[in-house]
Amino acid sequence: MSNIRNAFANGKAFIPFITCGDPNLEATGRFVRAAAANGADLIELGIPFSDPTAEGPVIQEANLRALQNGVTTDEIFSFVKELRRDVTVPLVFMTYANVVFSYDTERFATRCQEVGIDGIILPDVPFEEKGDFVDICQAHGVDFISLVAPTSENRITKIAKEAQGFLYVVSSLGVTGVRSEITTDLGAITQIIRQASDIPCAIGFGISTAEQAKKMAEYADGVIVGSAIMKLIAKDGANATDAIAKYVRQMKDAALSAE
Amino acid sequence: MKPGRYGVHGGQYIPETLMNAVIELETAYNHFKDDPQFNCELTALFNEYAGRPSLLYYAERLTEKLGGAKIYLKREDLNHTGSHKINNVLGQALLAKKMGKTRLIAETGAGQHGVATATAAALLGFECVVFMGEEDARRQALNVYRMKLLGSKVAIVKTGTATLKDAVSEAMREWTNRISDTHYCLGSVMGPHPFPMIVRDFQAVISREIKAQILEKEGRLPDYVLACVGGGSNAIGAFYHFIEHPEVQLIGCEAGGRDVNSYETAATINTGRLGIFHGMKSYFCQDQFGQIAPVYSISAGLDYPGIGPEHAYLHDIGRAKYVPITDDEAVDAFEYLSRVEGIIPAIESAHAVAQAMKMAPTLDRDKLMVINISGRGDKDCAAMARYRGEQIDE
Repeated sequence: MSNIRNAFANGKAFIPFITCGDPNLEATGRFVRAAAANGADLIELGIPFSDPTAEGPVIQEANLRALQNGVTTDEIFSFVKELRRDVTVPLVFMTYANVVFSYDTERFATRCQEVGIDGIILPDVPFEEKGDFVDICQAHGVDFISLVAPTSENRITKIAKEAQGFLYVVSSLGVTGVRSEITTDLGAITQIIRQASDIPCAIGFGISTAEQAKKMAEYADGVIVGSAIMKLIAKDGANATDAIAKYVRQMKDAALSAE
Repeated sequence: MKPGRYGVHGGQYIPETLMNAVIELETAYNHFKDDPQFNCELTALFNEYAGRPSLLYYAERLTEKLGGAKIYLKREDLNHTGSHKINNVLGQALLAKKMGKTRLIAETGAGQHGVATATAAALLGFECVVFMGEEDARRQALNVYRMKLLGSKVAIVKTGTATLKDAVSEAMREWTNRISDTHYCLGSVMGPHPFPMIVRDFQAVISREIKAQILEKEGRLPDYVLACVGGGSNAIGAFYHFIEHPEVQLIGCEAGGRDVNSYETAATINTGRLGIFHGMKSYFCQDQFGQIAPVYSISAGLDYPGIGPEHAYLHDIGRAKYVPITDDEAVDAFEYLSRVEGIIPAIESAHAVAQAMKMAPTLDRDKLMVINISGRGDKDCAAMARYRGEQIDE
């Protein structure tokens, strides 16, 4: 069993997403440590991609800033290695298929294992195409994390049955980004997942407020937040550490308050 | 090969949110493609509305001037809306209608696919939104107006390089946002399965006609078929029914931009490598870390960092050859065909004409060459004038 299960051992999990290299990796290091120290149970580290088709404007811009600042996949591996000297919280990469594939999937998974990455999430790799990645990742002890969406319907069971690490439940149609309302029947989706598997599930896309976090945590084992955090970074740049610390604390408390 | 794969290429690399939508599309297409009623309606649209079959014209003056192979032009520029794009769009719009969709979305580069989609939307009663990069909207301002005139909304895309690839990304994002009533009318033989197959099948009318026409005129198949390639829809359309005839050489002409040895190129086969993007595995212009390159071509329609998976496969197995043509060569060909034959080709199609100008003089007079003139060049006149240092008002 992977380290990722530990993320769900402290009550409802809070999972922040942070784009590596926005505005630079030193700052990302401070953000990750602040999140870990304030209750983040698992952290998604974004490897920026030039054309992130599943992202809304906030994370698109974060990707662009990071790439403009010159961050590369190699530097991100070195960065994680350094992070692992003191950060013990499970870490997963969130990026796009081409970043992994073009690096060479075998080499990418090997590096993940060496530096202490527990899983990867590729939003442009659905169930039908995961064969390119899943066995190689597995051989290196890296979980390949699957997603289910509001449109998955008859697909949920087969996805859940083969899921590794945790199952990422996409809350809404569309791309990532803050939403005022989430209208999907998430209770129905998580119920199908539970019947198929005991995999922990975490809901993401569109969540920004403590109230939403509490509500989502009632359906699932964890809550994922990306755009709201990247907005803090877009606003305060390298000085966003305190704001992130405070936000993560507040969101973890909100998740814990759910039953 | 499993459906949707062309050798190692193709596949469905898309967000889970879209998976049931592409499965629904594939199921519907497989049902309707052999349905006599559907094909009857599509043929009627092709023949009565789009003006098919398009002419296969013997370019006698061009042949004489170049002094080699006998050259025919497949006149897709004479179709309604001025390019081959209408073939695919009428097919997909009719399919979307049968599926009960009420809204079309599309990406466009040069604006030809956008205009064709807006046209089909007007004809068949769809709401329509076309995504177009800001840079392309500037280069092809007239087409932006045409789409609006036809009743479509044009969504200007400012992200990334503000060209075709960003328009595709934005259209995909919009599709994940609104699926139940919306069909994504993808304009080229790219993206996730089943799009490369559907678009190819609707464009294959080009080679079906060429084959019949050249057999009638010459009593044999051509030796060469030339077409420009961005995503590759007109090329696959012109190649498809000749793939099974190995004696017919298939030549795709990529946008070399300023130079294939510079960063200002969009020649995917000649400068790219295997990757996964926009729903497919294929060749892409990218850096060592897999970041998609900001490609460049004078032609907005070829200004795309990837190529359709079936072309990537035809390249791999050596069945088709892909050559780069520079901006300069394409502009020369644009002017040359205009003067010699009185036919103004789209700057995209001019890439294929440029290759013919290189090859034809080296070939014997008994060789037969077909150039697919995928579109007409009216839309490019202002930009070509600018390229030659002349400012004109459209």
